[in-house]
Amino acid sequence: MNNSLYDRRQPQQWSVTRALRLIHLDAMLLLGILILLAAGLVILYSAADQSSALLIRQLIRMGTAFTVLFVLANIHPDRMRDSAYWLYGVGLILLVVVLVFGHEGKGAQRWLDLGFFRFQPSELMKLAVPLLVASYLAERPLPPTSGRLFVSLAMIIVPSILIAKQPDLGTALLIASSGLIVVFLSGISWRIILGFIGLSTAALPVLWYVMHDYQRQRVLTFLNPESDPLGSGYHIIQSKIAIGSGGLFGRGWLDGTQSHLAFLPERTTDFIFAVISEEFGLVGVAILLVLYLLVAGRGIYIASKAQTSFARLLAGSISLTFLVYVFVNVGMVTGLLPVVGVPLPMISYGGTSMVTLLAGFGILMSIHTHRRMMSP
Amino acid sequence: MTSHFTLKNHFHEGRIVNDRLIFSALFAGLLFIALIARLIVLQVVEFEHFDSLSEKNRVDISSIAPQRGLIYDRNGVVLAENIPTFSLELTPENVPDIDDTLQQLAALFAMTEEDMLDIKERIKQQRRFRQVILKERLTEIEVATFSVNRHRFPGVDVVGRLIRHYPQGALFAHTVGYVGRINEQDLQEIDVNNYKGSMQIGKTGIEKQYEKLLHGQVGYQQVETNVQGRIVRQLNSMPSVSGQDLFLHLDINLQRVASEAMGDFNGAVVAMDPKTGGVLAMVSKPDFDPNEFVVGISSKSYAALRDSPDMPLFNRSLRGRYPPGSTLKPFIALAGLEYGVITEQSKTFCPGWYTLPGQDHRYRCWKAHGHGHMDLKAGISQSCDVYFYDLANTLGIDRIHSFLDLFRFGRHTEIDLPGESKGLSPSKEWKRANRNKAWYPGETLISGIGQGFNQMTPIQIAHATAVLAMRGIDISPRVVRASRPTGQSELQLFPAQTYQTLPIESSRNWEMVIDSMVEVVHGARGSARHIGKDLPFKIAGKTGTAQVFGIKQDEKYDAETLARKLHDHALFIAFAPAENPQFVVAVVVEHGGGGSTMAAPIARKIIDQYFGTAVNE
Repeated sequence: MNNSLYDRRQPQQWSVTRALRLIHLDAMLLLGILILLAAGLVILYSAADQSSALLIRQLIRMGTAFTVLFVLANIHPDRMRDSAYWLYGVGLILLVVVLVFGHEGKGAQRWLDLGFFRFQPSELMKLAVPLLVASYLAERPLPPTSGRLFVSLAMIIVPSILIAKQPDLGTALLIASSGLIVVFLSGISWRIILGFIGLSTAALPVLWYVMHDYQRQRVLTFLNPESDPLGSGYHIIQSKIAIGSGGLFGRGWLDGTQSHLAFLPERTTDFIFAVISEEFGLVGVAILLVLYLLVAGRGIYIASKAQTSFARLLAGSISLTFLVYVFVNVGMVTGLLPVVGVPLPMISYGGTSMVTLLAGFGILMSIHTHRRMMSP
Repeated sequence: MTSHFTLKNHFHEGRIVNDRLIFSALFAGLLFIALIARLIVLQVVEFEHFDSLSEKNRVDISSIAPQRGLIYDRNGVVLAENIPTFSLELTPENVPDIDDTLQQLAALFAMTEEDMLDIKERIKQQRRFRQVILKERLTEIEVATFSVNRHRFPGVDVVGRLIRHYPQGALFAHTVGYVGRINEQDLQEIDVNNYKGSMQIGKTGIEKQYEKLLHGQVGYQQVETNVQGRIVRQLNSMPSVSGQDLFLHLDINLQRVASEAMGDFNGAVVAMDPKTGGVLAMVSKPDFDPNEFVVGISSKSYAALRDSPDMPLFNRSLRGRYPPGSTLKPFIALAGLEYGVITEQSKTFCPGWYTLPGQDHRYRCWKAHGHGHMDLKAGISQSCDVYFYDLANTLGIDRIHSFLDLFRFGRHTEIDLPGESKGLSPSKEWKRANRNKAWYPGETLISGIGQGFNQMTPIQIAHATAVLAMRGIDISPRVVRASRPTGQSELQLFPAQTYQTLPIESSRNWEMVIDSMVEVVHGARGSARHIGKDLPFKIAGKTGTAQVFGIKQDEKYDAETLARKLHDHALFIAFAPAENPQFVVAVVVEHGGGGSTMAAPIARKIIDQYFGTAVNE
């Protein structure tokens, strides 16, 4: 190998880890991602009734997503910081465009049809919001002043409202939380945090008032799914049956009756966690959740080792938001949270969210591999 | 871009963010522990509950209807078969809006308002998971039309199934009977489990009597269903057992000849093999097409059949109650001989009427000028009423009643068909109990000639004639000869049911009566002598003419001026050959006029068909 020279200078052995490092990939994170994606394919194969066509489409998406990951990993975090305002600005404009001209899918305007490519601007915002907030807050010493706090809150709220208007409450909440995580990590005082929580609680009735009918229905259904077992409560009831009947060890791969007999709705996308629970049982899903924690844990470790406040804030937000995704999806499928359209990261079938997730991991890798080498 | 100011606090900022990161990681850990706890609740604590819900979701037991047994005549001609048809069926529980669905279907299949009301009524009566048939015997075009529009009608399906078909149409309508939809009343009488999946049940005739054999045993399949209830995979199954095929004594050729011989007249014909009790022909006129009932007769057609004054649905051969008229005379004569009241030689003078001692009411003979001196043979062959007035008066009604009871007059013949009527053979006791009146001696007289209270069904008359032909051996009439159990080629014969031999003292008495009946057909003055020609064997017969309404004293019966419905019923009983009977026939022609002119020729045609003899025109 051409790095044999390097090897001689350093008393360390050649390893895959170091080789990957040279192309700005983090081996630990990559391993976690690959395991999750592989598990996802195995599960999707079962959930999609052994349709290899669906599997191939998902593989192509993974390929695209990995390309994006690789490209971003090789861009220096400083360049990302420089482009934060641009990305955010473009994303905001696209959101407005989508609201006006958007393509309807499942009763919501989320898509922008570019002819060859259907694009969801909200996915761009998933990265642009934390990027901008982190970049903005890191310009000045932390913790931020109240003036900067208000500006950053505005940066979060404007796109969130636009996305909630589409209406896509799930994504809006995720974007808001990714931004708020940055604010939280920046060290604002606990007084402000508690005050904010109190205010949000007080604002719940107002939220109810501005919600769409279908959103209110979801909340009502969440509170009592059995009230409408064949209508909106159906998803949750069937999902709980699938999970509960999985038991400790599950019915076995491809043997989930709830899933394969079409009782379980949205089983390849938002409700795929119920398929996993039915077929692999408590043991299977516990392993999966631990896997998610490990991947996010590596992200948090990367954040803690980052050399600038911007990188620290951004990496922390990406890793924690990833956990929020998992929590919201699993919480929704198990009936702990209301049904909001949030896919299970890395496993649910679907294009754009996969690309966004891996893009996030690309940013993490970039942050970790572009450190100055004075500290190991 | 970063100033020295920021750099100076780099370590401090790192601490701030890292503290928050640690806090967040711990918080996330807590949230995930909450998730695991939730999963433990669902998958471990409530596992049983959800597991049973899941089973219920996917496993469905569906029944497999058995194939109904076929019915053949004695020559192997099919009288009842199963043919495949397509019907439009609706499962109420799977239809979101029944009214709307029905309205759209009505437009598609040209169903009338009346049909719709009928369907809605049936939907209300049925349980929600049971299919309701909307339209039967769909044409290919209708099947195609529905297939194209099927997506618009969840819960509605075209279902192919076997339905009953009677290829002989009306010919066996009363005897074979028909099947129809299972109604509430049927459900109370059957083992409901065995009829899951069956849409039809025997309603009348053999179809009803032999329902158990014909229906078979339901099968089951345990299937996995998807959310729409459609079958995905079969898990387990128990095949159904087809019903048994039945083979009848009935002979289609004889049946056809008997039916045609009746012409336009209403009435009944029963032909039997006296040695086995096998019913060879059983006709009730008018008849109807049983196939209409199979597919659900329209209320209009049903009303027409039900309300017709000719009562086509009424099985006259089993339930028609007719005064037997003079056909009863041979039995009365036998009673006279048996009780020692008359002998072969004892004579009665017939002046044309009879009066009871001390009364001046004249009981008239059909021959107004009288028969003169009558002995047994002449009394029967010329059907002299006065001879039998005198005989009946001497016997008394109670002796007549108990003797006729031996021949099952006033009792069931116990034929293997449902709905048989008992008829009526009067007695003093009966009149006291039912009419609350004393018995008048005059009533004995008219009972002696088969009038008055006497009411007998054609099957009773035929059966009694068979007992007479067999010289006292009482064999129950049977329509079904054998069955073929499922999966076997051998027939299982149903043995003849012999009840008893009548306690007649002298076999000579039988021969005296039978000789007299031979005289009816072959004697020079026999009342049916016109049918006795060109035969290689002797027929024993008896004509009968039963009054439908009473004629006042001093009035003459004039057939031509009377409306047809007031004409007398014409009857004829016969068996042949007289000395070794193989064939018994009883004919009742409603309002046919005279038994001699109307009923006897019909009997001869049937006898000719059976024995292969023919009348030279």
